[in-house]
Amino acid sequence: MRIILRGGRVMDPSRNLDGERDVLVEDGLLVDLAAPGQADSWAAEAQIIEVKGLLITPGLIDMHVHLREPGEEYKETIATGAAAAAAGGFTAVAAMPNTKPVNDNRSVTEFIFNQAKLAGQARVWPIAAMTKGSLGEELCEYGELAEAGAVAVSDDGRPVPSAQMMRRVLEYSKAFGLLAIAHAEELSLSAGGLMNEGRTSTRLGLAGIPAAGEEIAVFRDVRLAELTGTPLHLAHISTAGAVEIIRRAKAAGVPVTAETAPHYFTLTEEAVVGYRTEAKVNPPLRSRRDLEAVRAGLADGTIDVIATDHAPHSELEKRVEFDQAACGITGLETALPLTLNLVHQGVLTLAQAVTALSLNPAKILGLTGGALKKGCPADLTVIDLQRQWLVKGTEFKSLGRFTPFEGRTMIGRAVLTMVQGRIVHNLLP
Amino acid sequence: MVLKFKHLLSIEDLSPEDITLILDTAESFKEISQREIKKVPTLRGKTVILFFYEPSTRTRTSFEIAAKRLSADTMSLSASTSSMVKGETLIDTARNLEAMNPDALIIRHPASGAPHLVAGLVNFTVINAGDGTHEHPSQALLDMLTIREAKGRLPGLRVAIIGDITHSRVARSNMIGLGKMGAEVRVAGPPTMLPPDIEQYGVKVYHRPEPALEGVDVIMMLRLQLERQTGRLFPGVREYARVFGLNRRRVELAAPDAVIMHPGPMNRGVEIAPDVADGPRSVILDQVTNGVSVRMALLYLLIGGGPQE
Repeated sequence: MRIILRGGRVMDPSRNLDGERDVLVEDGLLVDLAAPGQADSWAAEAQIIEVKGLLITPGLIDMHVHLREPGEEYKETIATGAAAAAAGGFTAVAAMPNTKPVNDNRSVTEFIFNQAKLAGQARVWPIAAMTKGSLGEELCEYGELAEAGAVAVSDDGRPVPSAQMMRRVLEYSKAFGLLAIAHAEELSLSAGGLMNEGRTSTRLGLAGIPAAGEEIAVFRDVRLAELTGTPLHLAHISTAGAVEIIRRAKAAGVPVTAETAPHYFTLTEEAVVGYRTEAKVNPPLRSRRDLEAVRAGLADGTIDVIATDHAPHSELEKRVEFDQAACGITGLETALPLTLNLVHQGVLTLAQAVTALSLNPAKILGLTGGALKKGCPADLTVIDLQRQWLVKGTEFKSLGRFTPFEGRTMIGRAVLTMVQGRIVHNLLP
Repeated sequence: MVLKFKHLLSIEDLSPEDITLILDTAESFKEISQREIKKVPTLRGKTVILFFYEPSTRTRTSFEIAAKRLSADTMSLSASTSSMVKGETLIDTARNLEAMNPDALIIRHPASGAPHLVAGLVNFTVINAGDGTHEHPSQALLDMLTIREAKGRLPGLRVAIIGDITHSRVARSNMIGLGKMGAEVRVAGPPTMLPPDIEQYGVKVYHRPEPALEGVDVIMMLRLQLERQTGRLFPGVREYARVFGLNRRRVELAAPDAVIMHPGPMNRGVEIAPDVADGPRSVILDQVTNGVSVRMALLYLLIGGGPQE
């Protein structure tokens, strides 16, 4: 089976490629990239897809999603989540372990792989829990989890309260090359909080979550990464202070990397006004100043990755009083245009945007992908940078229909997603 | 002039003209409560549901009396007598009530924004009778009526609000409302009980009561929510009463004709000394009396089909 993508603009930041190329895919592999015209010499019996005027990038990778299965299949399943990923242009996602049961053992990790294989959409890479049951008390069996294929360990959603425990996580994970991903939150400061603490929380009478809580935890974990010499990845950075701590740590040579989510560089706490539960998220949407700092952090490379923190919920969790509502935004199907919006606004170059969405997450997780190399699995995304579309939660592939971007016009969309040579999403005529 | 909105959710939504209309209408209703037969047919055939998810004596009774004096049919639901205890969601409860076609729902709820959630779903009028730590608009209106009665005006008056500002919906509604009416508002409380960026309300902020009380025309004390002590917001009742409580000595700092207010229920001997609460400057019971008139005015203006000719 041969597929030729003809006439597209190919961008591969891993080798500074940005130019018109024809792409030949055969038996799941990317076989050749050729200057225009050369494709004619390729065998005739190929499926030819005309992509003139469209952008071809390495398959986008979202290193932070919640797919809810096992345990909360009414919110999302691995199949619906992987389909949402494909629709959003992602060829791979890394799934956080806060399922029911928690992914803290081989059987859950293998179950996730199996479900993903059955779904046949985007790749799903399981992230295992840092501690048993994510209770912050005992290490999980990283040896077995690594064997089973877990790509990282994380306490996302339930941060390890003890600095000593976190130190042990960083030390022990090193033996297995498992990346530690920290959810930085000082729980004693955020307890009871419902939104960012500040002007708007005062006006709405909602208990606040101060930025300092994130920054204290980021500082703790950065210092522990330094102490242990272990690479640490910081999830969903949302505050100006956290960006600055990471910037300084990187300058000092501490092995840290960081991600942020599209909502943190697109929305502020004002999105909560009217008690909009679809804008309730943890960490909370912050101030304008924080938003600007997150953008600056992306621009100067302090923040390496754009990940969605895709956290689907059903109406049972979202159509309730604000203080009862669950935190989380459905993100897979809006992340790409929101990132491209930074390009339109001149915050990032297109190459930087593609790097944050593909090359960097692959590098940080230590996995293949994020580049268009001959002989590698054909994971790629075709993007129409001009395509306008209206966000409607009801049209999402995800079961999570609540988005603070409902009704927004987006510019840019993945029009074809290919995983290992298979087309898993296609809006082309 | 008619109110241009259907619900009363927040003082933020009211213009100074709206507030004046409500207060004037309330004043004109006061006389009804003095009559031997304290009832007029104005809202005959209207159905008003009182839905209180939190305990309340004053507000609930006041709304119910107000509705009854205007001849509306009233019924009361509380969290413990409603299907809330069976796990029904607020949205389902609201839709079910709507199916019975009431004219107004008066709601008190521990969650900030709960009345907004209901108002976004239903076709009847929703009146916020206190939502979480957000607002208590009818309280601010009755406070403003009481101040206007006692002082003859609102603009230019100096008002000190003292206590736990962070958790007080009364303070929020009053800061907004009094600010809109041109009063000078000062707030004082321990910094553990002052919310961030409170300056956005245009108030002057003090950490001790004495400088806030200096020369004020109105002293508004807030109830100390004793359960907050476990939140480590203050060391104890004794210290609070000593440092932040209103006693005769502190009253002396205010203008000689200053009036003293409290939204109730009072913790006597904590935020307010008994002799001050019961003293000649206290208008605390006038607030309660005015509460009925203000709520009559609200019901009339919101579901009665317009202002009096």
